Amino acid sequence: MNPWLRLEGVVAGYGRPVVGPVSLELGPGEVLGLAGPNGAGKSTLIAAILGEAPVFAGHVERAHGLTVAHLPQRPIRPLELPLTGQEWLRCMGVSADGMPGHLAGILQRRMDRLSGGEFQLLSLWAALAGAGQLVLLDEPTNNLDPAHVHLAAEAIMARREARATLLVSHDQDFLQRVCSRILTLGAMRGGGHGCGRQQSGTTHPPS
Amino acid sequence: MFWPMDDFLWPFLAGLPLALALPLLGTLLRLRDEWLATLGLAHLAAAAALAGMGLGLAAVWGAPVGAMLGALGKTLARQRNNSVYAVMILGGWSLMLLIAANSALGHALAQALVDGQLYFAGDREAFLAATVALLCLWALPWLTPRLIRARLLPSFERANHLPAWRWHLGFDLLVALTVAVATATLGLMATFALVFVPAWLAFRHAPSWRRAWRFSTGVGIAAYGLAFALALGLDQPFGPVLVLLLVSALILDGFVRRGPRDAGV
Repeated sequence: MNPWLRLEGVVAGYGRPVVGPVSLELGPGEVLGLAGPNGAGKSTLIAAILGEAPVFAGHVERAHGLTVAHLPQRPIRPLELPLTGQEWLRCMGVSADGMPGHLAGILQRRMDRLSGGEFQLLSLWAALAGAGQLVLLDEPTNNLDPAHVHLAAEAIMARREARATLLVSHDQDFLQRVCSRILTLGAMRGGGHGCGRQQSGTTHPPS
Repeated sequence: MFWPMDDFLWPFLAGLPLALALPLLGTLLRLRDEWLATLGLAHLAAAAALAGMGLGLAAVWGAPVGAMLGALGKTLARQRNNSVYAVMILGGWSLMLLIAANSALGHALAQALVDGQLYFAGDREAFLAATVALLCLWALPWLTPRLIRARLLPSFERANHLPAWRWHLGFDLLVALTVAVATATLGLMATFALVFVPAWLAFRHAPSWRRAWRFSTGVGIAAYGLAFALALGLDQPFGPVLVLLLVSALILDGFVRRGPRDAGV
């Protein structure tokens, strides 16, 4: 089966290279975890796939017509916003069908009055339950307590079949639990200047 | 009736659709952190209206030209922030006063645009106001979910190769047109107040976006009706009365919410 996403020798960053070269392939039904220390360029790699970070070398290939869903590392939430969770999902074209009961119970509340964990879980649902075939999740367990981490893992697992999921996380246990493969980005060498820097990317199944 | 209805029916009808449309636009401008847009576009509209009047055009025909040029310039410059609108305010203000000083129109006419000249509005202004209000009611249900998504998840448009310029430019032009007609009808500051204050109150209190629209239009129409009656009854200029009413509502709301000690708006 042809992959939905292919990265070949991608070097990306903002102004200067931050990550790469990285090569990977991702197909439907797969959940690929991106691991690595702070500054390894995990979020930058997601931004390069989204078209938001310049690619200095290599290339990003997406299957024709592939739709994309994205959960940012820090989803935007204005301080005052009279928008309910239900209205937000409607804006995103996302259904609440199959939503965990706890989450369904907060849909009528304003998004600016949700707790950090509730807002994160709602944002994760908006990414998972929409029309996006390629799902890019950047630190989906941010602000989540263990019970909510459990809910997040179940939601990702339940919806992985029709999707290709790329997931960034520092939470090794979470990655081990939900990912079919894990790509570990190495720490940068060369003291912060992009030219000639090399970075390793190795994939392995969860242990 | 305590006012001569025949003389003031058209002015009242000219302002009413704008009192409905401007608060609706205000909620989206507040969402986008672009509420200063109104003041910037209104200054450009006033300058263009004044220039048009020098050429024999009515204010409602000249004003949209300046506002639309401002909206197009902002889009072409790919700027979407309050700094751009501050530049528009400064540029529009200087142009307006320079046109006034160097034409037969005089400073008094420029001041009339700032203060508002609602009582001089007629069927032409009422028709234009109703048209832009209907345009808002037609376009906003389609634009709003896209603009909300663009504000809260900006990566979505780029990642999915969506033609986002359509709704961003469409909204900018809708705001420019409505603000221009409102500036030529209600006056510059009254227009700004109707965009800014009802939306702010709605963001504080409404439990949902749908209710925020109802709340903001309710505040806008109530303030407009009350200001119209008070200004006529007390023989005061309309614009300042409306702005004072809306600012008073904002301050009163601050008192109710936080008590007199912390009642900053």
